[in-house]
Amino acid sequence: MAEERKVCLRGSKLTKVFGLGRQKTVAVDHVDFSFYEGEIVSIVGESGSGKTTLAKMLLGLLNPTEGEVYFQGKKRDIGTHKKKKEYWKNIQAIFQDPFSSYNIFHKIDSVLLDCINMRGGRKFSHTKKVEMMTEACGFVNLKFEELTNKYPFELSGGQMQRLMIARIFLLKPKILLADEPTSMIDACSRATILDMLMQLRKEIGMTIIFITHDIGLAYYVSDSVYIMEHGKFVESGTADEVILHPQEAYTQRLINDVPKIYEEWDLSTV
Amino acid sequence: MAKVMLEVKELTTKYITRFQENIYAVDHVSLKVEEGKSLGIAGESGCGKSTLALSLMGYYFPPLHYTSGEIIIDGRNISGMEPDDVRKSILGKEIAYIPQSAMNALNPTQKIIHFIEDVIHAHESHVTKKEIYERARKLFEILGLPESTLQKYPVELSGGMKQRTVIAISVLLSPKVLIADEPSSALDVTTQKMVIKMLRDLMEKKLIKSMIFITHELPLLYNVTDDIMVMYAGQIVEKGTAEQVVFDSIHPYARGLMGSIIVPEQGLRDVKLTAIPGVPPNLKNPPAGCQFAERCQYVRPECKAMSVNLRELKGGRAYRCILSEEELREAYQNG
Repeated sequence: MAEERKVCLRGSKLTKVFGLGRQKTVAVDHVDFSFYEGEIVSIVGESGSGKTTLAKMLLGLLNPTEGEVYFQGKKRDIGTHKKKKEYWKNIQAIFQDPFSSYNIFHKIDSVLLDCINMRGGRKFSHTKKVEMMTEACGFVNLKFEELTNKYPFELSGGQMQRLMIARIFLLKPKILLADEPTSMIDACSRATILDMLMQLRKEIGMTIIFITHDIGLAYYVSDSVYIMEHGKFVESGTADEVILHPQEAYTQRLINDVPKIYEEWDLSTV
Repeated sequence: MAKVMLEVKELTTKYITRFQENIYAVDHVSLKVEEGKSLGIAGESGCGKSTLALSLMGYYFPPLHYTSGEIIIDGRNISGMEPDDVRKSILGKEIAYIPQSAMNALNPTQKIIHFIEDVIHAHESHVTKKEIYERARKLFEILGLPESTLQKYPVELSGGMKQRTVIAISVLLSPKVLIADEPSSALDVTTQKMVIKMLRDLMEKKLIKSMIFITHELPLLYNVTDDIMVMYAGQIVEKGTAEQVVFDSIHPYARGLMGSIIVPEQGLRDVKLTAIPGVPPNLKNPPAGCQFAERCQYVRPECKAMSVNLRELKGGRAYRCILSEEELREAYQNG
């Protein structure tokens, strides 16, 4: 299997520096990575380790100070707005805070219609569009009839996050970047969201880049795990390798910090 | 026998909406916390955990209203007291509360020492600033926080630091009961651990006498508290020691919660997470029978017909279901 895996997103010497002179902060420090097609990759690290900065660079929301991103073997070109829009058809994101992901003035219908239009469905008949929206909502266990004509703030956090996934279902991007998608919602809805992401991968075979500080989550969902500390990847490998047999002290600490059930949780090492 | 620090008998509180609808967010809840013990409250969002926390303080402001029941803190009944009296003599001294977004509770234009002066002056007049500073310094030293924090503004502190400072301020007057409402939900795992360690230290160093810890993260509760209570739609659905509730829960809802636990331990990847389908009922017009019936896998026709009482078992365990313990266990074994 290893030979036929195609690299989907590759970064070489990717760096982001904020500030100048003495105020200089190196948020992401010369990282190299290759994410394969159809893989779930997790990037794990504590707050301030540069996870989100990396995500923003991958999305093209921030310009890297140094280094390049290669998308499907070719150098990424997002110089113009048109090219950027084209790129965003291939890479989409779900963010941490569902409450601030939506424009509060737009109804849920328009959120979903935008996605259909972006995928070239502008000319579809209204019935066809409604059909598509119903299917997408059905995929995430929401009922379109209940959502239509509502505003995002009328939904709960879990529902909003699920609607985000419905958007992704309509857009069918090559890569999904999920930046802590479950940290603001409670444990019960978390299982649902994770399950949906996995299903989505099965359905449209996309690559999911999962960014989290909870190593338990990373272990549950991902094929490979990258551990990030101070802007650098300190350890990477398959999920089993990294989490069950961590080599780096930092990884071990992260694992120790998660409350356990079957093993003793050591509180002395803070 | 240990002294009972907080006893609540059949407490019911409600929200009154603009349209004069009654929403019973806390529905006949009884609980007891002994000295040196901690109680965990679990449940998904919207099941009344935070409302219970607010109700326990006996300090009600609209739209939350007190309906019935008793709250007894260390032998003193505070239910029915005037809000002003509660604020002056109960809050902070007898019972302290750490709200969910404690980090946002700090006024950005004031230094940390100012909040401490505020708290102490509200309860004890005739204390000089110097004395207050000395007290604050000692407390911060015990809790392992740097003294320099006192002279800083909230923006200069990190999220974890702010949270710990808020906790320190709330235990200034050594309250008998500390209510912590999701104190770590916005923090990353490493800072979360620091906060948890601090809460444990508070108990060990006798700065607080008992604690109520609210969260939806069961692994956390299991590691912090002695007893766990599971809430659903404003009611208690299961009660027991942490061990019992986590490994051997009786109520189908509590079992469902257990199914959503993620811990980085061997064998996790083989386990399929089970989510509970559906959403909690709308409490504006709650269902007649069991509140959980709509989402329950083992539902029977009679569940929806009559209301279900909490069944008390020996050893302080309780659960709310019309099926007996044996019937439920049998159902779980058969899948």
